[in-house]
Formats: sequence, structure tokens, C-alpha cells
Amino acid sequence: MVETLEQFLPHPLLALFIHAALPMVIVFPYVLFAVWLERKVSAHMQDRLGPMRTGGWHGWSQTIADMIKMIQKEDIVPSRSDKFLFKFAPFLAFMGSYAAFAVIPFSSEYIGAHLDVGAFYILAVTSIVTLSILMAGWASNNKWSLLGAMRTSAQIVSYEIPTVVAVLSVIVATGTLNLMTISEMQSGTIFNWLIFHSPFLFIAFVLYFISSLAEVNRTPFDLPESESELVGGFHTEYSGMRWGMFMLTEYADMFLVSLLGSVLFFGGWNSPFGDFMSGPIWGVFWMISKGMFFIFVMMWLRWTLPRLRVDQLMDVCWKYLIPFAFVNLVLVALWEMIF
Amino acid sequence: MPELRTEEMVINMGPQHPSTHGVLRVELVLDGEIVVDAIPHIGYLHRCFEKHSESMNDYQQVIPYVDRMDYVAAISNELGFAIAMERMLGIEVSERVECIRVIFAELQRIASHLVAIGTYGLDIGAFTPFLHCFRDRERILDIFESTCGARLLYNYIWVGGLSHDVPTDFKDKVRDFVQYFPPKIKEYNDLLTYNKIFIDRTADVGVLPADVALNYASSGPILRGSGVNWDLRRDDPYSIYDQFEFDVVVGKGEMGTVGDCWDRYIVRVREMEQSIRIIAQAVERMPDEGDVKAAVPKRIRPPEGEIYARTETPRGELGYYIISDGSMSPYRVKARSPCFVNLSVLPAISRGSMVSDVVAIVGSIDIVLGEIDR
Repeated sequence: MVETLEQFLPHPLLALFIHAALPMVIVFPYVLFAVWLERKVSAHMQDRLGPMRTGGWHGWSQTIADMIKMIQKEDIVPSRSDKFLFKFAPFLAFMGSYAAFAVIPFSSEYIGAHLDVGAFYILAVTSIVTLSILMAGWASNNKWSLLGAMRTSAQIVSYEIPTVVAVLSVIVATGTLNLMTISEMQSGTIFNWLIFHSPFLFIAFVLYFISSLAEVNRTPFDLPESESELVGGFHTEYSGMRWGMFMLTEYADMFLVSLLGSVLFFGGWNSPFGDFMSGPIWGVFWMISKGMFFIFVMMWLRWTLPRLRVDQLMDVCWKYLIPFAFVNLVLVALWEMIF
Repeated sequence: MPELRTEEMVINMGPQHPSTHGVLRVELVLDGEIVVDAIPHIGYLHRCFEKHSESMNDYQQVIPYVDRMDYVAAISNELGFAIAMERMLGIEVSERVECIRVIFAELQRIASHLVAIGTYGLDIGAFTPFLHCFRDRERILDIFESTCGARLLYNYIWVGGLSHDVPTDFKDKVRDFVQYFPPKIKEYNDLLTYNKIFIDRTADVGVLPADVALNYASSGPILRGSGVNWDLRRDDPYSIYDQFEFDVVVGKGEMGTVGDCWDRYIVRVREMEQSIRIIAQAVERMPDEGDVKAAVPKRIRPPEGEIYARTETPRGELGYYIISDGSMSPYRVKARSPCFVNLSVLPAISRGSMVSDVVAIVGSIDIVLGEIDR
């Protein structure tokens, strides 16, 4: 992909820059769409209509208007806060989330960086988000924010273990950490997808999905934000576009774990119908559709379920998910040995 | 290595907090996430209701102020005041008025419990049941609106009668609602009540044993949630409640201990079913003809004396203590507010729980700050 770009562009650095910014072209419109979708999904589940006016058709431009509003807002920094950390945290959060998109194979022709340790890289780089949340909570100089930040770091660090083990099950089955290779291995019909590979990989997917919900702080694991207890948690003191950056990160993270889930278990950019509707462009279509499906499921859960308490959250992780994940990993390995 | 120094953190929950149901401030002393002590501070919504009443030129003028105490269940407040005054003056109201009052009070109880369970879901983190509850509350408010024009503060029940007659299609509307509502209760149960996460969050949380509840003089769903079978509608009947069939719902500790948050919650859900039963009986009993203002006195000049009358509002025992000096204005009006008394139990049951539990406990007590501060 970079080579193709270099032929058209005057300078190789420009080609690299465009190559690096391409996921942004997908992520930004996706976030605008996802926020709108969240409003619509929640509204229809709750017997409401949601935004109906802005832009005409079903309020499609509501989030664009919201973004413009946020950019115009005053940038408030609490007077007793740690100014540098406070200002830097939202950008670090987005950085950690965006960097992970580098190894997501959006289509058979496009992947940001052809890393051989793609899966490992994603798991490592997304942990930066924890750091930024802790920074934000500490720097805000607000007790509620600090409580929220502490909860988040405990939660994300704990839930990384089942996530990693679930991802590891796929690695055991495929024998590679390269996400592009994993996608290529699943080409063909829908039955080549890894989720149908063995019953234990199906269990691995369920484990992955549950723990990824906690990784991205979605209901029923949305304790860090828990608006009814902590009033926003770590981002209570943020306003305007800095707050917007946190929201952007949250939605980008949701997208990321959904895409990773579809690469690992649902064939990535492969069409479910074999050769029909397949190709590099269709690949992008399938990849994003699969991602959006999981995002829809996350929204569905969010507007249905209540929230767990912090000790119950830890119970779910340490007492159920982690033992299950490890036993499952062994079973996946046994399956691979026998068949 | 030197010993790590730790200290307790004092944190203010409220007065600007989404889960304190108004302007309650709870001073929490925390050890990490564990609550060492919770001290409620009230008074942010004080409007001098009791003092105001003393300068009214007519007892009838107190009723709009009474509305504004428990603004989620305004009819129940009016009913209590009207009954107190009628006992003082020795007024008998007609059967039709009594039936309309009972229907209104029970509809108001359902509307109030809908707000209580909806916002309770919100406290626990479930958004959707809240809006479903408000959808159904809307139907009740529509009935109120078609009768007296108001949706929140009615000024409907007057001393000796009612301010307006009901519209001609009132009975049909009420019957429609009686038909419509019971399936919706099942919907809430499916969505919230028997949800595993909801049960985990509320069962065995904020356990209030029956003896503690009695010592704190709790009343209403709080007391019944602790397993005490006490309902003024049955045990000290007013209006014509003694002529209806209904059960008093008590908490049984189905999901955990008797008197936990889940019990207080389920008492409200089941009371709505009982209210539907009362409404169905009252609407069949209600005579079609009759002047609802027939017994409204032109001038209210009660004899010198005092009265205490208590009624069962959705939140518990609401008592009015009224002293008359024989003039047109009350000498003293004192309201025994159920929320105020119920809230006092908060420190006792929230010690040792977590921050999220305090939210669940405050929600299960179902306070309205307008009534606490008056």
C-alpha cells in the first residue's frame, strides 16, 4: 500500500503520513456515527425518538453539531489541578487507542503496519489508556474523579488477563500473532471462521467479548464512569473538547475491540459467502459491518443491564473469567493436538 | 520499611448529585470504598411551609402549600390535610367524593411508586426501566389532567369535597388503565426486578431489621420491607378504605435477608398491584351522580382545639397536627413527614457498605426532599 502511494506522491514521507492517517478517516466518521447510533438505539429501546431535527433525516447531523459546540466551549482547567497532566491526559488516551489501529487489517490490501506480533502489540498499546485515566483522575484534584480513576485502573488491569488468555486461545489455534495472517487463514466460506473452528474457540469468543466490555468500560462494567454514583468518574472536571477526546477514545476503543474480535473469530475482512462480494473494497465493508454489529450488541447491553458493584466486578473477573479462560486455553490446545 | 500512613477520606455526596434524589447532602467518611459513616445533611429546600400556613386567611389556602411538600404524590398530601380538617370540623363527605378520593390517592400511589422504582433502576445503572415507568406514569397524569387541569400539583382535594367534578368519561379512562397496567408490571419484573445483576446489587444490601425499623419509627414501604405488617389503610382506616379488599405487602427476604434493598423495592412493585385492585373496586362502587362540592364549607372557622390525623402516603405515615385558636387562620400546622423519619435510618444501615451501596440504599428509602425540608 505504501509503495503504491509513493508512486503518486512527490515525497515518500508524505506517502507514509497519508498511510498512517488512513485509519483516522475511518475512525472519526465512525465515532460521529456511533454516537448518533447510540442515541437512536437507546431512544428506540426506551420508547422515545431520539434526535429528530438536526440536519433533517432523523437528526443525522446531531453529533456534528455537538462536536462544533464542544470545540467552541471554554477550556476549563481547575485552579488547584496538576495542569500539565490534566491537559495531556485526554490526548494520551486517544493516542493509546489510535496507535492500536495500526495493526488492524481493514482489508486484504490495507494494514497500517505489517507487524508479526500484531495481537501482542494491540494488547500492550491499549494499556496506555489506563495510564491516561489515572493521570486524569489524579490531576483533576477531585475525590470523585480519583475514586473513578482507581476503579478504572483496577478494572482494566484485572480484565486484561482474561482478554489476553482468550486471544491466546486463537493464537494457539492459528500459530501466529500476525493479524493479517490470521485473517487470511479464515478465507473461504463462513465455516472457515475461527469461531466455528472448535467449540472451545466459541467459548473463547464469549470470554473475550465479556472481558472486552470491561476493558472499554461499557455496561455492565461501566463503573469508572457510573454517572449515578461517581458523576462521570475520572472525567468529571473535564469540559469542552478535552472531554470530547475522552468520549472519542471510549468509542474508538469500542470499535477497536469489536474489530479485533471480528479479526480473531469472525474472519476479519473475509466475506461470509466465499468469493461472492469479496475483494479489497468489499473487505473494508465486511470488516466495518462486523465491527458495527458488535458495537450494536454493546449498545443493546448498555441500555438493558444495570451496573455491577466494584467488588462484584472483581469477583466476576478473578473467580469466574480467569479460571474459565485458562481451562479453556488448555482445552483449545488439546483440541489442536488431537485433530 | 516505615508504616504506610492511611487516613479516612471525607467526601460530600450532594447536594448536587444525581442519586440523592434532590438536594440531600450525605457526608461520607470513607476508608477506600468502604463507608465508615454517612451523615445526611438536610435543609437545602426549606420553604417554611409550616410557618406559611399560619398566615393563611383560610384553611382552604393551605392546600396548595401541602401539594408542594411531597411533589411526587401531591394528592396524598391533600387527602391527609383534608381528612384532618374534616375531622376537626365534623364534616361528612358523600360516597361519591370518597370514591373519587380513593381512586385518585391510589392512582397517585402507583404514579409515585413508578417514579420510585424507575429512579431506583437509574441509581443501579439501568436506564431503560426509568423511561418505561415514566411512559406509564404519563397515563395516570393524563387522567389527573383531564380532571383538574394540573399534572403535578393539583389543589384538587378540598376540605369537604373536591375542586372539580370528574369528566364524564372518567370511569372509562380508569377502567382502561386498570386493564392496561398489570401486564406492564410483568414487564418491569422481567426487565429489572429479577435481573441477576439487579438482585446482586440490592439483595443483602442495607439490611434494616424489623426492631431497628420500629425504633426509628419508619413507616410505609421501608417498614413493610422489613417484614412488619403495618399499613394505616388497614390498621387505622380513613376515608372508606375499610370497605375495600386488599392485601398488605411485606418483605419476605426472598432474595436475601428480610429488610434489604430488594425487599423494599419489591414491596413497592407489589403495592402497585394492590392499588390496582382497590381502584377496580372503587370505580365500580362510585355513584354516577352527586355534587362533589356539596359539603365544602363557605367559611372555615373551626372551634378552638387540636387534631392529629394520619394517612398512608406512598412513602409512609403522613400526619398533620393542626391547632386552631378559633380564628380563620390555623394557629399551628405541623406535618409528620414520612421521608424525614425514614431518612434518619440511613446512617444506621449504610455503615460498612460501599459507596455504590449508599446510592442503592438512598434510592430504596425513596425520599422526596420537598417533604423532608418542607
